[in-house]
Amino acid sequence: MLKEIGVNAIGDFFAVIPAEYRLTGDLNIPRSYAESEIVEFFRDRAAENGQGYTSFLGGGAYSHYRPVVIDSLASRGEFFTAYTPYQPEISQGTLQAIFEFQTMICELTGMDVANASMYDGSTGAAEGLMMAVRVTGRHKSVIASTVHPEYREVIATYARHQGMPLTTAPYGKNGRVDLEALDRLIDNETAGVLIQSPNFFGVIEDIAAIADMVHKKGALLVVSIAEAISLGIVKPPAEADIVSMEAQSFGVPVGFGGPYCGVMATREKFIRQIPGRLAGETVDRHGKRGFVLTLSTREQHIRREKATSNICTNQALVALMCNIYMTIYGKQGLKELAQQNLAKAHYAAQQFKKSGARLLFEEAPFFNEFVIQTEVETKAINDRLLEQRIVGGLPLRKFYPEMGSASLWCCTETISRAVIDAVAVELEATTSKVEAAQEVAR
Amino acid sequence: MNSKIEKAATHINQNEGLIFEKSSPGKKAYKLPPLDVPEVNASALLGDTAREDLGHMPEVSEIEIIRHFTRLSTWNYAVDHGMYPLGSCTMKYNARVNELVARLGGLAEAHPYQPEKISQGALRIMKMLSEQLIEITGMDAITLQPAAGAHGEMTGILLVRAYLESQGNPRKKILVPDSAHGTNPATAAMCGYAVENLRSNSAGMVDIASLEAQVNEDVAALMLTNPNTLGVFEQEIHKIADVLHAKGALMYMDGANMNALVGKVRPGDFGADVMHLNLHKTFSTPHGGGGPGSGPVACKKILEPFLPTPVIFSKPDGTLGFDYDRPHSIGRVRMFYGNFGMFVRALAYIMANGPEGLRQTTEDAVLNANYIRKHLEGLYELPYKTPTMHEVVFSDKVQTKKGIRTGDIAKRLIDYGFHPYTVSFPLVVPGALMIEPTESESKEELDQFIDAMKNIADEAEKSPEVVTGAPYRTRLTRLDETAAARKPVLRWKPATRS
Repeated sequence: MLKEIGVNAIGDFFAVIPAEYRLTGDLNIPRSYAESEIVEFFRDRAAENGQGYTSFLGGGAYSHYRPVVIDSLASRGEFFTAYTPYQPEISQGTLQAIFEFQTMICELTGMDVANASMYDGSTGAAEGLMMAVRVTGRHKSVIASTVHPEYREVIATYARHQGMPLTTAPYGKNGRVDLEALDRLIDNETAGVLIQSPNFFGVIEDIAAIADMVHKKGALLVVSIAEAISLGIVKPPAEADIVSMEAQSFGVPVGFGGPYCGVMATREKFIRQIPGRLAGETVDRHGKRGFVLTLSTREQHIRREKATSNICTNQALVALMCNIYMTIYGKQGLKELAQQNLAKAHYAAQQFKKSGARLLFEEAPFFNEFVIQTEVETKAINDRLLEQRIVGGLPLRKFYPEMGSASLWCCTETISRAVIDAVAVELEATTSKVEAAQEVAR
Repeated sequence: MNSKIEKAATHINQNEGLIFEKSSPGKKAYKLPPLDVPEVNASALLGDTAREDLGHMPEVSEIEIIRHFTRLSTWNYAVDHGMYPLGSCTMKYNARVNELVARLGGLAEAHPYQPEKISQGALRIMKMLSEQLIEITGMDAITLQPAAGAHGEMTGILLVRAYLESQGNPRKKILVPDSAHGTNPATAAMCGYAVENLRSNSAGMVDIASLEAQVNEDVAALMLTNPNTLGVFEQEIHKIADVLHAKGALMYMDGANMNALVGKVRPGDFGADVMHLNLHKTFSTPHGGGGPGSGPVACKKILEPFLPTPVIFSKPDGTLGFDYDRPHSIGRVRMFYGNFGMFVRALAYIMANGPEGLRQTTEDAVLNANYIRKHLEGLYELPYKTPTMHEVVFSDKVQTKKGIRTGDIAKRLIDYGFHPYTVSFPLVVPGALMIEPTESESKEELDQFIDAMKNIADEAEKSPEVVTGAPYRTRLTRLDETAAARKPVLRWKPATRS
């Protein structure tokens, strides 16, 4: 090939790089590994991670059972080794799948249109508020303190240099955003109000009441959904203007935090302000139905600095997994699944309460997560549970110091009654120990 | 008209409607275990927030789902089918072992909030990947948090901004060459900067004189892709860096084209201050029909204090942990730690290659692009004669005389069994054909591609209507994109009876 091209050595192609910068030796990285060694290396790393633990962790990443069909289909090279469907004639598989995904997200969220995906729930929430700014021409945003703390951190990073002042609305005694405080924070310069439901405490917010409040002041309501399975049994946020969802629960591994699948949905009238890719229906020259990427004049490759977002690569393959998952469970299955999550979480909450833990926010409805407060530090309880190969609830002190020794517990359908009971026993043991100690102290 | 097509033949593939059109009540593809806790009454627990109905969600059986998505998959072209020379996207082979290791239970089922004590394997993977990417780029520090290239750009420019702010003035402008990806100006705008265009010279490179004229105390950084989108290495890269640094501005390098450099030269050595990598391009993590990606950002020491939280650190006892106490950090750009599954795949890729393999990869990618250039030059106009690195950009200037545009040639290439190149980009070349073969292609595959392109050039000359009517062998002919945008139909709706 070199001869045909007319060069003497491969090095000639790199002569354009100034000599002083050209590498003369090897990169200082390990030698090449055989496939068998690579598998062994990662098996060892997997073993260094905990395996075989039952986890009560949620907080934005949910461990649901993943039907095997998902990976059988998503592992087809035709899907995972393709790229963005810029050439629709040879990308109809991806495009039709996106169209079905968009449809199902609309059905579940009560919105009119949904995009092909965003990076994740946190960046999607930030983009949701940026969209509210574009639609309203206003600049300020209000975020409920019950929105995932890491989502709020991400939004703060995005907003800082875009002239988007943010304020945070506190939560009330029932674990929902404090409506009076929220009302005071919204003014005629507020573009968007962001809430999460079920919120970070697992509590379902009163979307209709908040939407009324927000709309009266001419702002848009952005609703973030972190636990997508909730949509099987919790009323969709149909009163919202923008829904930003994290669809990880739909068949995506928790995978140490990613890749996940954000998705944004909105009302028809805001369609030209939505970020990200959209698949739309059309016909070919013979009138046959087909799908294409559409409305791309919103996007960076056409509009450059005037685009709705800089997003290009999205989470397509993960969206495909979500799509397959939604198809497997469908209209009845998602409901039954959500029902099981609801039952497990309520059983656990009651058992933990009986064991002496204080159940917070009992007055408001919750889905599959709830907050308890304990006399002893969460870490002490969790350390003992870890010995039984149970990962306990998420300590909340780091995010909400005022809550003291509180923790967030998630019960998906994968948690068995036996494990819930085992935790209850442990809670009771620590509680009675504390009581005994207090007795001695008196 | 198809006699010269050797690589591809038509074959039967199945028709398939939308999943909603196959749905009927009572069909199901799931089975839940019996509930082992007491049943609850949802409407009693949830009150008026309870949901009754899931609308038009589908109800289908498992075999129908398997067939549905299998049939859809057969309508796609993918790297697994053949050469996918989409310029700037680096569509290389995705090794299967990477998929296997990313799905190992201990990694795929690790919760991001599980105790660090039982996350050491994941942390070690992140640390090893970080160290190796730092070595490959010649930088000092890195964050793996950004979810994709454009997200990495945003992170990098925020680092620049935070650094300049710490020096007293964040400045106002970002310079972006006219050949840049659209994400560059869009990113600069998201970070609160004005975008100023920088024209390239006749060799397709940054013009040092106009750069000198444009860089002043208002310029925060230049966002430079190197090799640029013409596949041309910026030979005066160190001078570019010097011009910027002399005025206190930084050099951001868009690492989209890093596949031309790995193991041969390191951006940190030639003056880049901060750059992103696309793990889904250079480091072979699959493109997945549009994502997921991963866009780590590597930087020089001066920018390290500003990296997103958390960063990995070694504890005194030798274990690894996350450090959240970073007072100068720009903050988080994503929840948790980034697209971890992509870190596993990228590390597996680097391990499979080793230092010699990575260098060879780069050499093969550049060799393949030059081979294509050599054989197609003359048939297609080569607007910039500057030496080619990993991708070559032609224009449709010759074919335009017969009314044929780059988009037509692309569609005809489909009939020959190839995915088209990148069409009409970079914008500096009117009617661009941007071809990036990657190292994955054999000489045989390249020769077939070259033959296809030669045949199309011939067809364009002799029977242009063949080219403008393409493709012929696909399920669908050209789709009406204008109609799609004029009256957008973005979701299925049940047929309404009038």
